[in-house]
Amino acid sequence: MMTATTAEKTTAGELLLDIQDLHVSYGKVEAVSGVSLQVREGQIVTVIGPNGAGKTTLLSAAIGMLKSQGEVNFDGHLYINPDVEIMVGKGLGLVPEKRELFTTMTVEDNLLLGAFMRYRKGDGSYESTLAEVYSLFPRLWERRHQLAGTLSGGERQMLAIGRALMGKPRLLMLDEPSLGLAPLITREIFRIFADLRRQGVSILLVEQNARAALRVADYAYVLEGGNVAMQGNAADLANDPKVIEAYLGLASKHQELLSS
Amino acid sequence: MNFQIAVLLGQDGITNGAIYALLALSIILVFTVTRILLIPLGEFVTYGALTMAAFQSGRSTGVVWLLLIMIVIGCALDIRNLLKNGYDLRKVQWIILKLAYAGAMVALTQLLTLSEIPMFLQVILTMMLLVPVGPMMYRLFFQPIASAQPLVLLIVSIAVHVAMVGIGLLLFGPEGGRTQPFSDTVFRLGSVMLKSQTLWVIIVSIALIVFLFLAFERTLYGKALRATAVNRMGARLMGISPDFAGKATFALAAFIGVLSGILIAPITTLYFDSGFVISLKGFVGAIIGGLISYPLAAIGAVGVGLVEAFSMFWASDYKEVIVFTLIIPFLIWRSLTSHHVEDEE
Repeated sequence: MMTATTAEKTTAGELLLDIQDLHVSYGKVEAVSGVSLQVREGQIVTVIGPNGAGKTTLLSAAIGMLKSQGEVNFDGHLYINPDVEIMVGKGLGLVPEKRELFTTMTVEDNLLLGAFMRYRKGDGSYESTLAEVYSLFPRLWERRHQLAGTLSGGERQMLAIGRALMGKPRLLMLDEPSLGLAPLITREIFRIFADLRRQGVSILLVEQNARAALRVADYAYVLEGGNVAMQGNAADLANDPKVIEAYLGLASKHQELLSS
Repeated sequence: MNFQIAVLLGQDGITNGAIYALLALSIILVFTVTRILLIPLGEFVTYGALTMAAFQSGRSTGVVWLLLIMIVIGCALDIRNLLKNGYDLRKVQWIILKLAYAGAMVALTQLLTLSEIPMFLQVILTMMLLVPVGPMMYRLFFQPIASAQPLVLLIVSIAVHVAMVGIGLLLFGPEGGRTQPFSDTVFRLGSVMLKSQTLWVIIVSIALIVFLFLAFERTLYGKALRATAVNRMGARLMGISPDFAGKATFALAAFIGVLSGILIAPITTLYFDSGFVISLKGFVGAIIGGLISYPLAAIGAVGVGLVEAFSMFWASDYKEVIVFTLIIPFLIWRSLTSHHVEDEE
């Protein structure tokens, strides 16, 4: 199923995120070694690759959850070893793989906390963002007084995305949003990415589910062993024999089944 | 024991219990948000009481210098960070604000004749001098090691406690301090006498607990602190910085500790080293609540106060023994019923 037409994919604006030669190490082990990556405004960019390729590490370092070396340019400003608080304030949002919800608090409280930074800066318009998030995920509206810990896997993912959207991010980074979700829900969530892009939110998507990711993305990077092994237009990569063999072939289809 | 004595002891027990409850709540609050067991909490109690006592007896206190030194060191560290990480207008404004505050406090304590101002203002001034010590304590001793193991945090916490006791001796001397009651009125309920200070303690404690409840349930800042306690990583991703959460909880704990000290100062004579045993009793309450449950901790703390009061009557030599033995059955019960919930999801 095509979720976005090719006409939409070609429009790309200013450079929003520009990572140059980023290195991240855990002790002596280098998990990301010299990755450069760009996201333009209005783009969906995906990073695919096997387990342990450094995809999650890359996102964590970009928002400042991990110490890094190299340049992170965001919205025209250079950050070296960025700070989470500042990056969130500047409009970078991350939906982490484990979602990291506030399980003993209500769905609505979780969402409101997503706007904490805006509230702190005196931006009172987060109430209207709350309405937008509820219209994007009607399920969250139905469950708004429930504790986040009582939600199903798909609802948790919606809540994690909704919470990140409450911060009005200019760039939303998502780590394995389809992990552990039923195919139907995965499809729904990917449909929402296309909606978000239409609303002007750029997206950096890390996915194991390469097939779905390449379908929705404009541009793609293949990360292997902490390095960018390949990059190009998502449509081109989807037709690349090496990518097909490694990530879209029978083997990966099997993996997709396992993870769903 | 007759009815009248029982009422008297009950009154004492509930008064102390209310204070222990407040301390238990602060201990849990600080522990869940920062994973620090706040051993120096008792020092805020004694500093509060002894500062008030010093004001009323007309002695000068060096408390303001402690505040000044902590703020100056804190600002120096902030400036070093600014030089390293680049200029940030908001942080510069904060530094100037903090230094100005410290300067204003020095001026106030030097210029005012503290024994002559109304008691209400003495209370406010004591608060203004001591509450900022809380966040500064976090800034200086805990913020640099915020991601350390809980055991390291505990050891630092003990060290800060020991230092605070020593500084307390330096600031207030070895004599005990006691203050005038807020009002001298005595209420009669039939044949029973109710001391007005008892009512003050109970009313203020309840008001404070209601205030805390509302702050944590209704305001986004309160929710942010709860969120940090629930999921530190998730909170960081929302831009709720651990530094902010740590300073805010330490400020609240200092506020509660100092207020508790001011409340009990007219009832008990406190010495520079009395704080530890007081906060330890709050800690017993907090343990009864499993260091998680606020209502259980509050009820447990009031229980501690009552047990203490009645054991004072029946076996006063064993008062402390009985109170601290209380913790054992609860620890056994806790360890039998607890399922390791740390690794959620």
